[in-house]
Amino acid sequence: MDFIQYLFSGLTVGAIYALVALGYNIIYNVTEIINFAQGEFVMLGGLLAVFYREVLHFPLAFAFLASVVTVGFVGYFFERFVIRYAREQAVLSLIIITIAFSIVLKGSAMLFWGKDPYTLEPFTQGEPWIIFGAALQRQSLWVFLTGTAIVVGLSLFFSRSYYGKAMCACADNPVAARMVGIPVRKMIMLSFVLSAAIGAAGGVAITPLSLMEYDRGALLGLKGFGAAVLGGLGHFWGALVAGLFLGIAESMCAGYLSSGYKDAVALVALLLVLFVRPQGFFGNAEVGSIKRF
Amino acid sequence: MRAKDYNRCSMCASLFSLFAVVFLVFTGTVSLVLAAGAYKVGAVFSVTGVASFLGEPEKKTVEMVVEKVNASGGINGHPVELILYDDESDTTKATLAVKRLIKKDNVLVIIGPTRSGESLAVAPIAEKAKVPLISCAASYKIVTPVEKRRWVFKTAHSDGHAVERIFEYMKNHGIKRVAILTVSTGFGASGREQLLKYAPKYGIEIVADERYGPKDTDLTAQFTKVRSLNPDAIVNWSIGPTQILSVKTWHNLGMNKIRLFQSHGFGSKKNLELAGDAANGVLFPISPVIVASLLPESHPQKKTVMDYVREYTSRYNEPVSSFGGHAWDAIQLALSALKEVGPDRTKIRDYLENLKGFVGQSGVFNFSPNDHNGLSKKDLVMVEVVKGQWVLAQ
Repeated sequence: MDFIQYLFSGLTVGAIYALVALGYNIIYNVTEIINFAQGEFVMLGGLLAVFYREVLHFPLAFAFLASVVTVGFVGYFFERFVIRYAREQAVLSLIIITIAFSIVLKGSAMLFWGKDPYTLEPFTQGEPWIIFGAALQRQSLWVFLTGTAIVVGLSLFFSRSYYGKAMCACADNPVAARMVGIPVRKMIMLSFVLSAAIGAAGGVAITPLSLMEYDRGALLGLKGFGAAVLGGLGHFWGALVAGLFLGIAESMCAGYLSSGYKDAVALVALLLVLFVRPQGFFGNAEVGSIKRF
Repeated sequence: MRAKDYNRCSMCASLFSLFAVVFLVFTGTVSLVLAAGAYKVGAVFSVTGVASFLGEPEKKTVEMVVEKVNASGGINGHPVELILYDDESDTTKATLAVKRLIKKDNVLVIIGPTRSGESLAVAPIAEKAKVPLISCAASYKIVTPVEKRRWVFKTAHSDGHAVERIFEYMKNHGIKRVAILTVSTGFGASGREQLLKYAPKYGIEIVADERYGPKDTDLTAQFTKVRSLNPDAIVNWSIGPTQILSVKTWHNLGMNKIRLFQSHGFGSKKNLELAGDAANGVLFPISPVIVASLLPESHPQKKTVMDYVREYTSRYNEPVSSFGGHAWDAIQLALSALKEVGPDRTKIRDYLENLKGFVGQSGVFNFSPNDHNGLSKKDLVMVEVVKGQWVLAQ
């Protein structure tokens, strides 16, 4: 019974990590930039949903959408007015710019919302379900469903659709992509909007469970990055599996060993896997060696 | 050209005369104050910066108290001059402010700083200069060891008081096996230390000692583990979102039969809003000033606390906090010392050290040469959340 409870807890946390990891992967796939502002998109998503729901009194579903669209717009702004002006710089410089942007987002959120945590009503009301003696919160299921739906959607988008394939082409060889007529700048912009929106969706989904406050982004971003690397940068299914793996590892450690070592176990697991497979669970070593990051 | 020169001259002249007038008025007031022999009281609070939510109500409270005293004729005919500096939640600035209060402003007594870190930094300075300092911060280290803190006092409860209050309540209700959950910050670490230290004294067995990070999104694993050990009660020691999370998890896992105790950091109405129905049944110790209206008429602090709450809320149009209460206690202690012994630092110190039965906001202070805090666990009240409201716990 306790084992199942740890499993539920791990799956919920893991789904959150996976959602953050997905955001990293999209931008990485198109630009090779690791966007360290990803965690802040999650934070903004949660806080904006609270703002739309509690202050403007939108219906919950509409608040969810409005929040995702707003954060998508923040992603657009970030690409159009920050990244684009620095596009001639090395990828490393661009990564450092994303760190600066994350600090700006965090500071603005603090000025606007203050330091208090905020909560949002669950998507569906009701007591938790009891399955084999373990409690499963309805919202956990929502987080899990959101994560899975996004992974499936993204995989299809990148492997089947014209836009998705065009975006991948931009990452493989921007010059060749431009020569065959793919609008590379537009694709990069799209990748930022998409990953910001996905981060925001994750943020809205977890706010009823774990509340949200202005400085939550950094830790979520870090754990999500861990999941992205563990799964192999750029792989959507890898991100999902690695995110869930990290979440369950943390939960089991807190349950059976000591909660004090919880964060350490996740990081040690990450290190061990990377020693054996530097390209992550699903990464391809050959492809990895020609990437700049 | 000539007209312009003339204008410039007249402007100079008028500026000069303005300065002269300002100068005269200024020196005039200064000499007036000097003539009446104003008592100088220094204060250092974190009015801005990360601890501004603590320092702001402290500043407001002290200004309110001093204004009221001066309006009613001062202390024994002497007005009180408050010299207040903002340390911006910065240890270095707090140190500078205290040095300035001592050397330049030559104050008789200093109240503040707001937080433990700043208070610990300035305590040796006050000690060396032999100026009484009444801190508003919590850490017991501010006033111990006593031989090195002869000039330092504090008005906030130590974490140990809250822990002892909880354990005493448990002992009276036959609770013996307790699980503790603490957050891995300074606040949580200090609470954990005190919980482990006092448990044997009250015959309490700590069956689980779990920790979590301040930004953790899920505490289900910790609570599940605790549930499997079947303790009589849980003590959670954190502030911020994890505190709410602990209440929600406890509720969602259906653990309401195991009593949940929170630290004194739970005493904010905002927490009730955030936790909603899940908070029903939660117990926590809190300073009387927060629950003024709940206190019975027979409570020794009832009148003092109600007067402060009424005055503060009507003047600033915001609810009181325990932090403002700490500042009220500090400034009133300083004023009562000045009233009894006059402007003499040594006498003020001696007076404070032997003061007994001083009714304040956080409790009834009984100082002694071995105890420069003067409060005890008895000064905290146990509060229970019942149907979304605070009530005094039986």
